Amino acid sequence: MSSIELKHIVKKYGDGFPAVNDVNLDIKDGEFVILVGPSGCGKSTLLRMIVGLEDITSGELDIDGKRVNDLAPRDRNLAMVFQNYALYPHLTVFENIAFPLRLQKGKHSDAEIDRKVRDASSMLELDEHLERKPGNLSGGQRQRVAMGRAIVREADAFLFDEPLSNLDAKLRGQMRTEIARMQRRLGITTIYVTHDQIEAMTLGDRVCVLKRGVLQQVASPRELYEQPVNLFVAGFIGSPPMNFLPARVDGNALKMPFVDVPLDGALAAKVKGKDVVIVGLRPEHLKDTTVESSPEHSVKFNAVVDQTEWLGNEQYAYIPYEADGAVREQLEELDRDLDGEGLRTQMIVNLDPRSRVLEGDEAQLAFNPAAMHVFDPHTGVNLTRDEAKAEEIAAESEKMRKAALERARKRDSADSEKSA
Amino acid sequence: METNVSTKTKNGLGVASIVIMIWTVIPLLWIIATSLKSTAALGDPSQNTFGNFWPKHITWDNYQLIFSGGASDLFLPALWHSIIVCVVSTVISVILATFCAYAISRLNFPGKKLILTTALAVSFFPTIAMVTPLFNLWRQIGLFDTIPGLIIPYLALTLPLSIWILSAFFQQIPWEMEQAAQVDGATSWQAFVKVVAPLAAPGVFTTAIIAFFTAWNDFVFSSNLTAQSAQTVPAALSFFTGASQFVQPTGAICAAAVVVTIPVVILVLVFQKRIVAGLTSGAVKG
Repeated sequence: MSSIELKHIVKKYGDGFPAVNDVNLDIKDGEFVILVGPSGCGKSTLLRMIVGLEDITSGELDIDGKRVNDLAPRDRNLAMVFQNYALYPHLTVFENIAFPLRLQKGKHSDAEIDRKVRDASSMLELDEHLERKPGNLSGGQRQRVAMGRAIVREADAFLFDEPLSNLDAKLRGQMRTEIARMQRRLGITTIYVTHDQIEAMTLGDRVCVLKRGVLQQVASPRELYEQPVNLFVAGFIGSPPMNFLPARVDGNALKMPFVDVPLDGALAAKVKGKDVVIVGLRPEHLKDTTVESSPEHSVKFNAVVDQTEWLGNEQYAYIPYEADGAVREQLEELDRDLDGEGLRTQMIVNLDPRSRVLEGDEAQLAFNPAAMHVFDPHTGVNLTRDEAKAEEIAAESEKMRKAALERARKRDSADSEKSA
Repeated sequence: METNVSTKTKNGLGVASIVIMIWTVIPLLWIIATSLKSTAALGDPSQNTFGNFWPKHITWDNYQLIFSGGASDLFLPALWHSIIVCVVSTVISVILATFCAYAISRLNFPGKKLILTTALAVSFFPTIAMVTPLFNLWRQIGLFDTIPGLIIPYLALTLPLSIWILSAFFQQIPWEMEQAAQVDGATSWQAFVKVVAPLAAPGVFTTAIIAFFTAWNDFVFSSNLTAQSAQTVPAALSFFTGASQFVQPTGAICAAAVVVTIPVVILVLVFQKRIVAGLTSGAVKG
């Protein structure tokens, strides 16, 4: 139970390159915070600085208001789950979980250790494996042992370093909900590093998006999705990703590859003085007008579909286009930042699964211009971000987080009364 | 483990290994056979079977000779010296090499490469070239014919090899393991003792055995740097004499050779499972 505060945290390696640059973050007691970003963005380095396995070059790290920069990992009272689990292969599952307790010499009696380990193992459904060695366990079981070793300590906070990346897709989904449930139940401050945005969106109370060591945005998953601060966050969050279309400001209209969008009052003021902007449009905001009613005030256009993918519950259509020379570089750089392969520029449309559009057909599409995000092509700033709305979302998700914690606490006390 | 070796290859390998086994076992059997022959039977095929190989009448005279007979004065102290020298030099070598190898595999410090290359260079050095200078030096400083006077050169022989083997072993142990232990509340020393050392056990046993054999089988240092009070078995064997100058002490030498081979065989049989690496499997995703 504790709050963690990062103030101007910087990590520089020998060559002077800042792997983490000026990160400020205030993690509240009981909060589930996600660090997310493409590979090499410094998220794991940041986590390892918090736990004490990496030195902090400059800045201050406080746990419960106490500066811990110079404390050794063992004195920070944090529990960590490693990407490859780092179980002790020469010890049984029981001894693996008991390991941190045995290190606190004299603090726990054998009976107490036994009780704590069995509590953790029953919570993680490891009871029948306690006498086995980690080498004989499946990936999911090893993962649970690593979690057991973390929860048995009653540490101030949990740190997870991509804990699910070694599991197969089905198990990953199960473990994800398991982690979320456990965190709510224990109400313990948690920092979770991942590159998987599904994990980030589903688990986090707040998500920190990092790019090349710099914090881009810290917000609830909903705010990230609906009100991204810049091009990078908008492109990183969402699957399939947001479409970025070059648009030319021409009098009262935005000229885009397929369609011209009339500029109304508020938007016109925001793009004033710019020739070119980048328009971001989420795939699900584009509708096939032949099977769905088009949204209000929508703009309609036709485009030739190059490829479709039908997944049962949804359907994706790919529509290639030529990127405008003026913003092409910006878009290519964004693609590189997002670990993209620099393939052709194409627009992805999330069609209704009933849609019968085939490859080579001309689709009749529509979207509401209010759903557009408009970005400055040079700075990448989101010009259409609504601060008032963002604050509203933030307040709402904070309220939901507190309610969820409260609910978990109530259920827990009800459970313990029942068992007593 | 699934292998795609065909039956034909398997049979071929089987035949080849049987040939190699016979090739290595025959000299050993011959020593045992010779140690069981009486002096008269040594050069007389009519008293032996399979040509001159196995004696028709087994005699334990040679063993009696080295344990309680005329050669016991020479053999028993030598056996005792061998055991002390080898055990002590093995223990010291393993402890020093473990610490050194751990530092080399985990820490970055100036001169790390230098230590490794020096260790390698030292082990290339012909041992016979070290004997004469050591002989002179040992006589000057009073280490000649003492047990430490043998242990020190054995350490010089075994340490480089031990350091190389052990640092390879330490490098295989994922660093996360140690970091996990530190996050779990262990000091660096606790992490080393409770996590790293048990995982490196196969490597430690391997180096211990190699260090032990190097010292146990050494003849060059022992025969030159000792006279009586620290002489080990290989050197002592060369000083065996027969009943008269016309009698070769072949039987007694063979009996002593058999006796000193036994600990080696026992060590290998006991520790062969330990030497098999792969204890780290299952620690991390693999």
